[in-house]
Amino acid sequence: MQRKSSREYRTNHAAHKAARSLGWLSIGLGVAELLMPRALASTVGLPGRAGLLRLYGLREIATGVGLLMTDKPAPWIYARIGGDALDLATLGVAAQRGNEPVNTAIALGGVAAIAAADLACARGLGKEKQLVTVYDYSDRSGFSEPAEKMRGRAAAGDGSINDAPQVSGMQAADRETAKRP
Amino acid sequence: MRALRWHGKKDIRCDNHVPDPSIEDPRDAIVKVSSCAICGSDLHLYDGFMPGMTHGDIMGHEFMGEVMEVGSANKKLKVGDRVVVPFTISCGECDQCRRGNFSVCERSNRNAKLADKLFGHTTAGLFGYTQLTGGYDGGQAEFVRVPFADVGPVVVPEGMTDEQALFLGDIFPTGWQAAVQCDIQRTDTVAIWGAGPVGQFTIRSAILLGAEQVICIDNVPERLSMARAGGAITINFDEESVVERLSELTKGKGPEKCIDAVGMESHAARSIDAMYDRIKQATFMETGRPHVLREMMYVCRPGGTLSIPGVYGGLLDKLPFGAAMNKSLTFRMGQTHVQRWADDLLKRIQDGQIDPSFVITHTAKLEDGPDLYKTFRDKHDGCVKVVLKP
Repeated sequence: MQRKSSREYRTNHAAHKAARSLGWLSIGLGVAELLMPRALASTVGLPGRAGLLRLYGLREIATGVGLLMTDKPAPWIYARIGGDALDLATLGVAAQRGNEPVNTAIALGGVAAIAAADLACARGLGKEKQLVTVYDYSDRSGFSEPAEKMRGRAAAGDGSINDAPQVSGMQAADRETAKRP
Repeated sequence: MRALRWHGKKDIRCDNHVPDPSIEDPRDAIVKVSSCAICGSDLHLYDGFMPGMTHGDIMGHEFMGEVMEVGSANKKLKVGDRVVVPFTISCGECDQCRRGNFSVCERSNRNAKLADKLFGHTTAGLFGYTQLTGGYDGGQAEFVRVPFADVGPVVVPEGMTDEQALFLGDIFPTGWQAAVQCDIQRTDTVAIWGAGPVGQFTIRSAILLGAEQVICIDNVPERLSMARAGGAITINFDEESVVERLSELTKGKGPEKCIDAVGMESHAARSIDAMYDRIKQATFMETGRPHVLREMMYVCRPGGTLSIPGVYGGLLDKLPFGAAMNKSLTFRMGQTHVQRWADDLLKRIQDGQIDPSFVITHTAKLEDGPDLYKTFRDKHDGCVKVVLKP
C-alpha cells in the first residue's frame, strides 16, 4: 500500500513542556537566591558574596518569567545555558578556595545536571527548524466502507457481545480436539 | 538457514548458517516462512526488559508460510498447505486448552518449572519469546519448527494474500480479544491507550462490536491519523490533558471501557510518575512503567472494565488500587487465546469486513530486520508495522 507523505516543520511538544518546567525551576531557584543569599553563599563556599547571589537570583527569575511568557522559548533557553556557564565558573572559584569542598562539589553536580537538561531542551527545540517527512495514513481504515457504517457490524441483535458469533470456550476446544483421533 | 537472533540488549543480528529445524515430535510441522512481522512485544526483548533471553535465541512470533514437512501423528496439515501460526503454542488437550484458555496451556511450556517459580503457575509456550515461555525458536527465520502443529496453525484459503492473513497469528486476535473481553455495549465509550498495531486493531474491533464512541490516546501524528481513519476520536497527550479531554468527551462520566494497548514501556515521559518509573526501572527496582494503568484506573467510569492486552513482565509500583477497588472496576487481561478467535476473524476478512493489511507501513527483506527493529522502536519514518520476507 502506497504511503502519502509531505515535508513540514513539526512542533516539538516535549521540548516545549520541558522549557516550561525549566522556567518554573528557574523562578524557584531565583526566589531562593533572592530570599536567603547569605545562607546559600556560605553553604556553597562563597562567604561574603550575598550580593552576587542576589544578582544571580534576579537573572534566574528573569529567564524563568521569559520562558513562561513566550511561545518561542529557544532564546530564553540559550540565556539559561549562558547562566549555567556563569554558575559553573563561580562554583569553580569556590572550589579553588576550598571553604566548603563537599557542599561546593554537590552544588557543582546540581548545576551540571540542570545544564544538561537545558542543553537537551535546546537540542529538542533546535529540531523544530528541520523539515521532516510526515506520513498521512488517513486513507488506511482497513474497512470496506466508511468506519461509521461498520459500527456494530460484528454484533447482532441489541449489540451485546453475547450475540456476536464468537468461537470460544468449550466450543473452540471441541473444534480443536474433534479433529484428532 | 538465515534468522534474526538475539545477541544482547539492542543487539539483534541476521545470522547466516543457523541450523535448520527438524521434526522432534510426531505432531510437529516444519514451516518455510513466507512473511513474518516485528511485534511491539518483540521490542521488550530488544530493549532488554523481559527476563529470560539467552544469547542466540531466534526472534519472532508473528509468521506464516508453507508447510514443508509434517510429523507422523499430524493429521491436520499436509505438505504444501499455506498456514498462519498463532504465537501461543497450545496442546489442545489439557484442561486449560479444553476451556478455551489456549494461552495458558499447561503442557506446551518446556520450561514450566521456571515459569512456575516466577508466575506461580506455568503459561503456554510462545515462539521466540524467552526461556520463560519455553525457549522455542521464533519465526523471523527461513524455517520454523511448529510444535503441536495439529492444533494452532490456520490454513489460509486461496486468494488471500500474506498481508491479509499474517496478523491472524497475533495482533488482530489480540486487538479483538481486548475489545471482546470488555463486553462492549452500544452505549459504551471505549478509550484505548496506544495507537500502535495492536491499538489499531483494537479500535477497529471496538467499532465492529458496536461501541458508541472510540477514543485513542497517543502522541505520534501518523499513528493518530491511522486511528482516526479507523473511526476513533484521537487525543495527542503531548498537546492536551488526557484526563480533561476524556472527561469532556464523556460528559464527566469517564469511559466505561479502558484498554491498555501500550504495556510495560509507556512513553509518557514528561509526567512525574513516568520519571519516577524510569528511575526505578533503571535501578532494577521495577520491571515496568505502568503510567497507562494508573491513568486508566483513575479515569475509568465506576463499574467499568479495564482490558489489558499490553504486555507486562514482572513488578509494578504505585498503582492506585484504592481507586480501582472503590470504583468497582473489573480487570481483564492476558496473552491472547489466538486459537479461540482465529477462525472467526479469518471469516471476517473473507467477508470483507476488514483488510488487516492497512497497518503495514514497511516491507523489507529479513536481513533488513535489525535496522527496522530500531526504526520501529523509535517510531521513525512513520513506522507502524514492519513485515519481513525471508
